[in-house]
Amino acid sequence: MSAASSVRPAAHGPSAWALTLAAWGVALLFLILPLLSLFHEALRQGVRAAAATLRDPDALSAIRLSALVVAIVVPVNAACGLFAAYALTRFDFPGRAALLVLIELPLSISPVVAGLVWVLLFGAEGWFGPALAAHGVRITFALPGILLATLFVTFPFVTRTVMPAMEAQGRDQEEAAAILGAGFLSVLLRVTLPEVGAAAVSGTLLCTARALGEFGAVSVVSGHIPGQTETVPLHIETLYNGYETVAAFSLAALLAVVSGLVVGARGLLEWQGQRRRRDDALV
Amino acid sequence: MSGGVLPGWDARPAALSILARLLPRRTPAVIPGALPSLALTLVWVGLIVLLPLAALAARPWQDGPAALLHALSDRRTLAALRLSFGTALGAAILCTLLGLLLAWVLGRVRPPGWRLLDAMIDLPFALPTAVAGITLTTLYARTGWLGAPLARIGMRVAYTPLGIMVALVFVGLPFVVRVVLPVLRDLPAELEEAAATLGARPAQVAWRVLLPALWPALATGFGLAFARGVGEYGSVIFIAGNRPLVSEIAPLLIVIRLQEFDYGGAAAVGLVMLLAAALCLLLVSAARRRLPASLGLVR
Repeated sequence: MSAASSVRPAAHGPSAWALTLAAWGVALLFLILPLLSLFHEALRQGVRAAAATLRDPDALSAIRLSALVVAIVVPVNAACGLFAAYALTRFDFPGRAALLVLIELPLSISPVVAGLVWVLLFGAEGWFGPALAAHGVRITFALPGILLATLFVTFPFVTRTVMPAMEAQGRDQEEAAAILGAGFLSVLLRVTLPEVGAAAVSGTLLCTARALGEFGAVSVVSGHIPGQTETVPLHIETLYNGYETVAAFSLAALLAVVSGLVVGARGLLEWQGQRRRRDDALV
Repeated sequence: MSGGVLPGWDARPAALSILARLLPRRTPAVIPGALPSLALTLVWVGLIVLLPLAALAARPWQDGPAALLHALSDRRTLAALRLSFGTALGAAILCTLLGLLLAWVLGRVRPPGWRLLDAMIDLPFALPTAVAGITLTTLYARTGWLGAPLARIGMRVAYTPLGIMVALVFVGLPFVVRVVLPVLRDLPAELEEAAATLGARPAQVAWRVLLPALWPALATGFGLAFARGVGEYGSVIFIAGNRPLVSEIAPLLIVIRLQEFDYGGAAAVGLVMLLAAALCLLLVSAARRRLPASLGLVR
């Protein structure tokens, strides 16, 4: 920053110190203490006790179910999100704004409502519930319901992160490729995707973190059957409400670490991208 | 934004016009894949968003408008809605103030260790809501690290509406910081320098130069934090205490109505929350349109 920036208000001097102190105070209250408390509670009886609670069959089953949900939901939403971003940035069509609103809506809807809608469709009294039940198909209180609820809440992430990158990229390269005879998939995979790859990975990581941690939506549709329809966050609730504090916090700490790694990888990616852009600008 | 919606196009018959005029009109069909990518997008959005939301919009009317009115005028429902909207409003105001403080320190003061602080801001994004819920509850419970000193001065946080606010500030804070910080960083220094050389005091610069430039970002952050707060469930239910009429939030009431097999009642509360979310989204995107284009946000 240049020397001239010293005329900017409150960048130096005693008021700057007061603001810095206040900012760290807020961080201590709302960020640092919760994080410390989480690991303090998890390791209260030692690492071994914490690790032992993770080997409980119900905990293992919850971890397996969460992994399965992520493995199914994330690829579906990543692929569909990429197609949607392509359609929304490469073509002008009436109704584009309405489609954008629909894609953004799941981000601001309560997770409980995101679960409720599936119960209204597939529950015992839902639109399709009785017909499906007659054929022996169960959606709510089973894996399909959990998948649908998670699909709904993680729906916008890839599209939302990829769209700005695609808009910044412009349409020239695709047009050139098309004139040279490239088809849809080769344009998408060989021209568009390499340019927006970082954004796509970033959106996919966000989607993964949310799918891992989703609680409200899944809690409404899952039925909370330990060992069967409990994902990791739901099992944390069951343990916590059963006063198994160490077990609950151990599982919570594990989930926080995995989720933190996923979000952290995204931050690293973004930081590298920024540095590369800065280097490009300098050249 | 390149292209965009046709001028004079009306948003209302959106669903019909999407179906009726699927093919792009203005772009010459040079780039391949208009039909397959649009078709897949429509199927995906239709099945995962539109169909479920249609079920939610239709269900409360199924038992007649009287039943809907009855479900919504119920004392417990009104109390839950008031609590959810009230605490979300309070938390969003707090988030905006604290978020501005953090963004200012990160963008302008940059004290030693600001990178660590910057990295920590995203913690609530990374922490699953249930984990945040049990952690904050333990922290603010009567025996907790913060709850014990607070109890000594006669303040109870956990299991009261105050606890709900704490949880909502926790989840909402990064929204404000992440929207305000880039705008603050990109403000040209010349603006403030000009004001200062013309004799404006620091307070005048902040109030009459910075605030007008920052308000779209502040409004966007406020709206995002509010929308998130109204619907928040996982981080709140552990700390709320969940007493009907006192500390029972609207999302929890939906869960309770479902457990009572009162689908109509649950859907009625759900519909109110859906409408509130849609309204928030509309206002936020209006505020977001006034943000500088360099931020690369979708308009």
